[in-house]
Amino acid sequence: MDILSLFIVAPIITVAALLFAKNLKQSRVISLIGSLVQFAMAINLIFAYLAERATGNTAIMVFTKSAVWFKSLNIRYDVGADGITVFMIVLASIVVLAGVFISWKIKDLPKEFFISLIVLATGVYGFFISLDLFLLFLFFEVAVIPMYLLIGIWGSGPKEKSAMKLTIMLMGASALLLVGILGLYFYSSPDGAYTFNILEIAKVNIPAQVQHYLFPVVFIGFAVIGALFPFHTWSPSGHASAPTAVSMLHAGVLMKLGGYGVFRVAMYLLPIGAMEWSWFFIILSVIGVVYGALAAIKQTDLKYINAYSSVSHLGLVLFALLMLNKTSWNGAILQSLSHGFMTALFFALIGMIYERSHTRDVRELGGLLKVIPFISVIYVIAGLASLGLPGFSGFVAEMTIFVGAFQNVDMFHRVATILGVTVIVITAVYILRAVGMMLMGPVKKEEYYNFPKATWYEKTGIFLLLIPIIIIGTTPLWISDIIMDSIKPFIERML
Amino acid sequence: MNLEMFLKMQNELLLVVLLLAVLVGEIITSQKGKSKLINFTIIAFAIVTLIGFFHQPDGALFGGMFHTNSLIQLLKNGLNVGVLIILMQSAGWLKETLVKQNKSAEFFLLMFSSLIGLNFMISAGDFLMFYVALELSTLPVAALVAYNAYKRQSAEAGIKLILSATLASGLALFGISFLYGTTGAIYFDDMANLLQMSNLTILGLVFFFAGLSFKVSLVPFHFWTADVYEGAPINVTSYLSVISKGAAVFILTFILFNVFKAFSDIWKPMLYTVAIATMFVGNLFALRQQNLKRFLAFSSVAQAGFMLLGIINGGVLGAASVVYFVLVYMFSNLGAFGVVQAISHKTGKENMDDYNGLYRTNPMLSMVMMLGLFSLAGIPPVAGFFGKFFLFTAAAGKGYYILVFIAVVNATISLYYYLKVIRAMFLRQSENPIPYFKNDIFMKLGLATAAAGILILGLYSPLYEYVQSISNLIFN
Repeated sequence: MDILSLFIVAPIITVAALLFAKNLKQSRVISLIGSLVQFAMAINLIFAYLAERATGNTAIMVFTKSAVWFKSLNIRYDVGADGITVFMIVLASIVVLAGVFISWKIKDLPKEFFISLIVLATGVYGFFISLDLFLLFLFFEVAVIPMYLLIGIWGSGPKEKSAMKLTIMLMGASALLLVGILGLYFYSSPDGAYTFNILEIAKVNIPAQVQHYLFPVVFIGFAVIGALFPFHTWSPSGHASAPTAVSMLHAGVLMKLGGYGVFRVAMYLLPIGAMEWSWFFIILSVIGVVYGALAAIKQTDLKYINAYSSVSHLGLVLFALLMLNKTSWNGAILQSLSHGFMTALFFALIGMIYERSHTRDVRELGGLLKVIPFISVIYVIAGLASLGLPGFSGFVAEMTIFVGAFQNVDMFHRVATILGVTVIVITAVYILRAVGMMLMGPVKKEEYYNFPKATWYEKTGIFLLLIPIIIIGTTPLWISDIIMDSIKPFIERML
Repeated sequence: MNLEMFLKMQNELLLVVLLLAVLVGEIITSQKGKSKLINFTIIAFAIVTLIGFFHQPDGALFGGMFHTNSLIQLLKNGLNVGVLIILMQSAGWLKETLVKQNKSAEFFLLMFSSLIGLNFMISAGDFLMFYVALELSTLPVAALVAYNAYKRQSAEAGIKLILSATLASGLALFGISFLYGTTGAIYFDDMANLLQMSNLTILGLVFFFAGLSFKVSLVPFHFWTADVYEGAPINVTSYLSVISKGAAVFILTFILFNVFKAFSDIWKPMLYTVAIATMFVGNLFALRQQNLKRFLAFSSVAQAGFMLLGIINGGVLGAASVVYFVLVYMFSNLGAFGVVQAISHKTGKENMDDYNGLYRTNPMLSMVMMLGLFSLAGIPPVAGFFGKFFLFTAAAGKGYYILVFIAVVNATISLYYYLKVIRAMFLRQSENPIPYFKNDIFMKLGLATAAAGILILGLYSPLYEYVQSISNLIFN
């Protein structure tokens, strides 16, 4: 078994084992073992990848594995990884592991909860390692569908509506994606030897006319899950209704599929289309960035604040990708990682606060720093990371993005960049506002004094997410070197 | 007639033998023995189904009126498996309800007659055989639809079916008469060579297509579907929506690809329009259905629209995707219908709201239902995803990207209403949910077969490869 296929096999075995679990205790132990194994595999993958590159393997994708699946249509099981994939997998495995810890005390139907969670993880891993568009599409949908059950069964508030909205919007996006993938397939060869393989298609020059039509289709197909304005509306309501662990996975991992897909499929395979259309999508992404941040200012529900902040931060990812230069691409990947850990941490903390206070309204909370100091301090740290304080991942990522974006000298890009930069200020406003209302000041209610301290599983979950934020923030160079290395084929193709 | 000739129509002959055996069995068994007769018939039919999977000779009989090959045999096997699942799912109902009314054996007689008709229909080599087989397959179903004799709706459905079926076969026959009039031929091969493009022949094609559209329930010939599906006993509904529709789609593909090969400029735009109308009408009407039988009726109308995307390809890829999808659809729909059947039989509840909280009381049934619905909606990794993907690939291969886009949008709409059932079963809780109950062994087997089909048919690629490899046989 090759090192990448294990990422599909291990979760499937976990799910199979979970089917026999009888109660909460067994289910969480099985999922913990499963996600610990995946976590170990992911960490191992970094070293294996570095070792592989050190041996002088300069192929675009390493650890490739190829097997025929549907011979007549040339659908293959093709997997492979580059530096970007490796980091995405690490991100996913950490968030899943933290998610299991955070869901330690899930009450209703625990077995089913963990099964859905792990199925979602399988979809995400499969998506990241797929080199075959059919496989990629399949895993995309596998990752989306469990969200319906996760939000619908274990969520809160208008959960049925939010779950339905999220599923239908994402599946509608995959409708576009399907058309795009079929278009790529049928233009992948002039003589009828069609292929779904990304690396093979990249060798073919798809006519510019075709790229012109195909690019927006594929781009929007992926960008909806990356919360592109105006297709972001599924995200805030989905976050707000989802249970804690699901919000974490949703924002931390699932929304990353969008940026990754845009980069790997839409831009890599349709470079001419990307150059032609970039101005249009830059406008949308800048609107998303600013609008998301402004909307976050007005929210009073903690989850909505972070949901809109996600729209804003992920808009920045798309913005950076569309800036079409290597520095900003590097920043986009860093931002994906940084936002993944940060938002997951935010949602974990919000979940903890909600569990104690049973409200997520910042106006009702107050003085939490006095009653639950540990959680509050971490919240402040996460907030500072989010608004881009040096030393944390957010700073590195946003800095790289804007430095990259500023390298485009023409008027349009300059204006877009300047508008984009304003988000740094706006972010500070909504983060500090929430911190101020919620953590500072007098303790609003008497019962807040009875809040239990953070438990061991909560702390474990928190540290799992906090450590990577600090690692990216303090030692970004080795990470961005690996990313830079993997961006090379993109540079060759587009710049 | 030598042995080899018999072997070519082995499936049909075995069915006739079985039918006669049931008839004799019905006469000689006492009232107490009836439920044993049901077991016997199902097991005997399972054996007949199994025999079909062994190699059978290809070729034509009766001067080309009847022909068979691996593809047709595959479809016949598929139909057999489908009917077997239906029979297993109805065993409990037959034993507990129909034996008392003394008409359990007739149920088998009618269903087998209709199945024989379908077998002859897909094996037909000329329009005469086709027409006779079409009638043979339809008339017994009308009786089956009206089987709940004391239910007004059932009788009404029977009348509706017989009236629309008569109209449909009248239309088809009218069309065929035009074609016969211009060519003087009745055999498919001869007619394909002789047909010239003229107003009369085009009219013939249109009428013929309209006639068959009733059977497949394409818009605008779908009006009978919902009422008949709702009124009929559930197993008859599943028979109508799966077996008879599947066979009709196949013969439609066969005749369009062969007889009307030169007319593809005429029938492709026709299919294009009808496909869009069928998908939209089926899906939009399904959105608001409360009764699960009506709900599945409109869903099956929409699914027929998807099948047209394969036919419109006009080549081997199209034929393969249609045949494959028909098989996939069969298992998916039978999974869903099986659960509705089980619950309706035990509790008499058929509405979506009654399913609230089903997962907490009957997890296995809910899982089968979820598999079936996900497969119908085309969610990976179950078979429906692959079926739909290949249909879309077939249509996109000929450049019908807009049509594919419309189809995928429809697939998303359909996901909404399939999720509504999932929502009822998994998300909601109920004051008085359907209590836990045990199913009889046949029902369990029937559901398990359907679920296994849904899971295996997609992920295990050699099955599709096999269909693809023999699909060129659709061209006569």
